[in-house]
Amino acid sequence: MKDKKTKVIVPKKTFSQQLAKAKSYWQLYVFLIPCFLYFGIFRYAPMGGLQMAFKDYNVVQGVWGSPWVGLKHFIRFFESPDCWNVIGNTLKISILSLLFGFPLPILIALLLNQCRSKRFGKVVQTTIYAPHFISAVIIVGMLNLFLSPSTGVINKVIEMFGGEAVMFMGSASMFPAIYVISEIWQNTGYSSIVYTAALSGVSPELHESAIMDGATVWQRIRYIDLPSIMPTIIILLIMNTGRVLTVGYEKIYLMQNSLNLSSSEVISTYVYKQSLGSASRPNFSYSAAIGFFESVVSLVLLMVVNKVSAKVADMSLV
Amino acid sequence: MDGQMKKNNHKREGNLSFHIFNYIFLGIIFLLVAYPIYFVLIASISHPSAVGTGQVLLLPKQLTTEGYKAVFSDDSIMTGYKNSLIYTLTGVLFSVTTTVLAAYSLSRRDMPGRKVFMMLIVFTMYFGGGMIPTYIVVNNLKLTNTMWSLIFPTLIVPYNLIVARTFFESSIPSELRESAYLDGCTEFQFFKDIAMPLSKAIVAILVLFYGVSQWNTYFNAMIYIRRQEMYPLQLVLRNILIENQVSQEMMQDAKQAAAQIERAGLIKYVSIIVSAAPLMILYPFIQKYFVKGVLIGSVKG
Repeated sequence: MKDKKTKVIVPKKTFSQQLAKAKSYWQLYVFLIPCFLYFGIFRYAPMGGLQMAFKDYNVVQGVWGSPWVGLKHFIRFFESPDCWNVIGNTLKISILSLLFGFPLPILIALLLNQCRSKRFGKVVQTTIYAPHFISAVIIVGMLNLFLSPSTGVINKVIEMFGGEAVMFMGSASMFPAIYVISEIWQNTGYSSIVYTAALSGVSPELHESAIMDGATVWQRIRYIDLPSIMPTIIILLIMNTGRVLTVGYEKIYLMQNSLNLSSSEVISTYVYKQSLGSASRPNFSYSAAIGFFESVVSLVLLMVVNKVSAKVADMSLV
Repeated sequence: MDGQMKKNNHKREGNLSFHIFNYIFLGIIFLLVAYPIYFVLIASISHPSAVGTGQVLLLPKQLTTEGYKAVFSDDSIMTGYKNSLIYTLTGVLFSVTTTVLAAYSLSRRDMPGRKVFMMLIVFTMYFGGGMIPTYIVVNNLKLTNTMWSLIFPTLIVPYNLIVARTFFESSIPSELRESAYLDGCTEFQFFKDIAMPLSKAIVAILVLFYGVSQWNTYFNAMIYIRRQEMYPLQLVLRNILIENQVSQEMMQDAKQAAAQIERAGLIKYVSIIVSAAPLMILYPFIQKYFVKGVLIGSVKG
């Protein structure tokens, strides 16, 4: 959010004066050395390494020495049959996650906030935050166990009611639903924390006077609680929309198998499989090019959404 | 008067039905989240054939500790456990130290260059080199197949840095610093003797943020670690849970195909419980720090 800058008129310092001032802070700069090293080596050096997306990288000549090939890898990606499938899967999965996963934490926070029994609310809160701390490997392990066609508990229940066992994990058409539901199960509670916090900032006097005026709970939620967390909702919506191309590939990769691949292959897993995960012909430059495309689109998307919301709702990230 | 009463009654009924609905809704959410975890727990102590035939739904049946015996005597899981403990403790030590130092500096509004540094850090939240160029950097530094390949590439998480910086900004008043300077305190002394003792909460938050993500991640280990004896727990679990590589030793006497599938299932349930146990036992005590961390982070949006 933009906060108004208070301008103080300071006489412009000469360069040597500024240098002298900076010098007096040398101890603070010492504190920053490990941080600079980290960001330089592991964050900015790889950005320099992105030039390999325009080169034919080979191990012998390295990133800087390999020959330039222009847009070859990008063209190859856009002309390959995988391209639109992979982009489509990514968009489908993340839009579904956003559509179903985004409103639920808001609803839960609103209802928890109106819960009369503090103890009950606390127990529910503590429990629904917990799955956030379970690792991707375990979540997918649980999915495999529960959804197994031969021994899985869900299929046992289906059979109990006279149905037939379903090959959940081996179905391409069911993959997006399974992924989105498991994401919702894992993260809804934790995502509601932010809204719960924002709601705790609502002045109780507002509610008291609304009750005096005869407002029902529904009305108070609608006209007091919801408007007061609107800024939080919009900021999170901007951030999530900007991330529409980055899906939880750690988990998706684990959920993949040859049967569901046609709808579970997303950009990040494809990038991995074309290079590091490829035993036969790893193509590092091709992977880097696709990764580069993904990052640039994400960045542009975030800036656009940010701009639009700044215009429309007078709210933006920076 | 009568009409007013009627209206009030009507409203009270409306509120009552809301509260009943609310309890039911939250109760259902609670069950939906809690049941799968509870099921894994009861399945891990029930006989595998009872689980495999759908008899175990609410309570464990034919109690057995077979699964736990098998998992605790399995070398790969125990080695993974040990490795993950070492990686997590070392990673947390490095990450928290560097993050706290940097966040403290960056919290100082008077420090020249602060804005530029922050911009450079925040930029990396939205753009990066990605998987392959990062791999090449790590590989060029000869870090692959060492513990450091799991620690250095994720040393500082920008979000955590911002949370810590926000904490310092709001909890160390500049007046305190100025009066300490007047008493002849240096920057180092102030940080060590005054700022840090006031900042135990943020250290706890960072330890947990970094600790949980280091304990739970597998992807970097899959990329960087080739030697099996160095696998962290999550990678060992991946072999068991996802790739179905349950070792012969753990399968023991299960000969028939059906018995094998069931036995493998038991091993999986137990592995889940054993590997999630440390976090789940600590969870009730550490939960409030996570909430606090999220709150500090949300101030800045």
